[in-house]
Amino acid sequence: MIKTDAVIIGAGPVGLFAVHQLGIKGLKSEVIDNLDKAGGQCIELYPDKPIYDIPAIPECSGKSLTDNLLKQIRPFGSNFHLNERVQEIKEDKGIWILKTNKNKIFTTPNIIIAGGVGSFEPRKLPLKELTKFEEKSVFYSINDKTLLKNKKISIFGGGDSALDWALELSKFSKVTLIHRRDDFRGSPHTINELEKLKADGKIFIKTPFQIKSVNDGKVLKFIEIKDDNEKTEKIETDIILGFFGLIMQLGPIVEWGLNMSKKKIQVNTENFQTNKQGIFAVGDICSYPGKLKLILSGFHEAALASVECFKRARPNEKYRFQFTTSSKEIQDRLGIKK
Amino acid sequence: MFCILALFLYILILHLMPKITYIDQKGNSKTIEVDNGLTVMEGAIQNNVPGIDADCGGSMACATCHVYVEDSWFNKLPKAEEAEQDMIDMAYKPNKNSRLSCQIIVSDEINGLIVTTPEKQT
Repeated sequence: MIKTDAVIIGAGPVGLFAVHQLGIKGLKSEVIDNLDKAGGQCIELYPDKPIYDIPAIPECSGKSLTDNLLKQIRPFGSNFHLNERVQEIKEDKGIWILKTNKNKIFTTPNIIIAGGVGSFEPRKLPLKELTKFEEKSVFYSINDKTLLKNKKISIFGGGDSALDWALELSKFSKVTLIHRRDDFRGSPHTINELEKLKADGKIFIKTPFQIKSVNDGKVLKFIEIKDDNEKTEKIETDIILGFFGLIMQLGPIVEWGLNMSKKKIQVNTENFQTNKQGIFAVGDICSYPGKLKLILSGFHEAALASVECFKRARPNEKYRFQFTTSSKEIQDRLGIKK
Repeated sequence: MFCILALFLYILILHLMPKITYIDQKGNSKTIEVDNGLTVMEGAIQNNVPGIDADCGGSMACATCHVYVEDSWFNKLPKAEEAEQDMIDMAYKPNKNSRLSCQIIVSDEINGLIVTTPEKQT
């Protein structure tokens, strides 16, 4: 069991800055995120896209923003629990008890939900019949490629993941790459390789095609694909791989009894607390009149929420507002030596 | 007299606002007057038109504002950029008329635009 002053759900920029705002007030926090690394949407959706509206930073990438935030919070030594999702929460005398999908238990007076638009999960092919084949012959990510040797593999998608796996798996399996349009999106080198393999008959490319159906029964044998004019083709297939990026799902949060509207958690703008005492929501996931989905708004929300977190975590101490420029206490917490 | 003039002007302005029609998969249709400069996605979100999620808020990062543009309108719209096409690849059941509604900016030129929302967005 891990006891802490605050649990932060979501390691995106706003969750990371919450660590900072709690940290300078002397509060310890633990961060939980479903992804395998910190950064949230900034890393998962647009690591290289430039951002132009972070105050005093004329231009930065999602990656550099994340790296700098991680550097900024290093002094506070918060633990990151990655690849992990909070499954259930319950309250006991003003203390929240959280349980993750890896059965880790946290107890804390404060939960800060900085979950963006939810946790990322792979997008699936739009065919219900495929569900029963999932993790047997239909995969949306690959953990063990040795299982894919000497098979007939149909890969759907037109981006980097689809192309990279098509090239890799074509070394030892029969690969058909299926995409809804003729253009593929990959590095020039990858596209060249693909063209070469196609010319040599080592990869089969079907465009513009999408999935239409699969065979009945327990074992995947073939798929049927169709183009925009409903022309169909049958392809013998043992394995289907789909690479359509990630989609955000709110997940278990919706069952925690929080007031929500349009997939957002309602908060007050004084301390960004939800209808449950000790649960805060900041960043893209919160909603209040005038809310803007900006990273800078999330930073502000985290700062205000951290004040209330302090009051809940240290009920016997008086909160004193301090500046980092002048507070010896804060500078000690930041490990600044003068 | 002034009141009547004001009312007349008001009606005139209302009539000048482009109309966008959103149709769902069951055929239910909603026609909304949307301000110039807003996107077709924003028109839907601000007027509670179901079928458009817009999880990322219009930053072309999620493909949950995917719509099918009616044939007669499709070629009249400015073409989708590459980045939009890449994102449409991720959408639920895209077809040749697929666009992201966050990238269609409302103007007088598209007054009367008809879009159909997909069965679902994810």
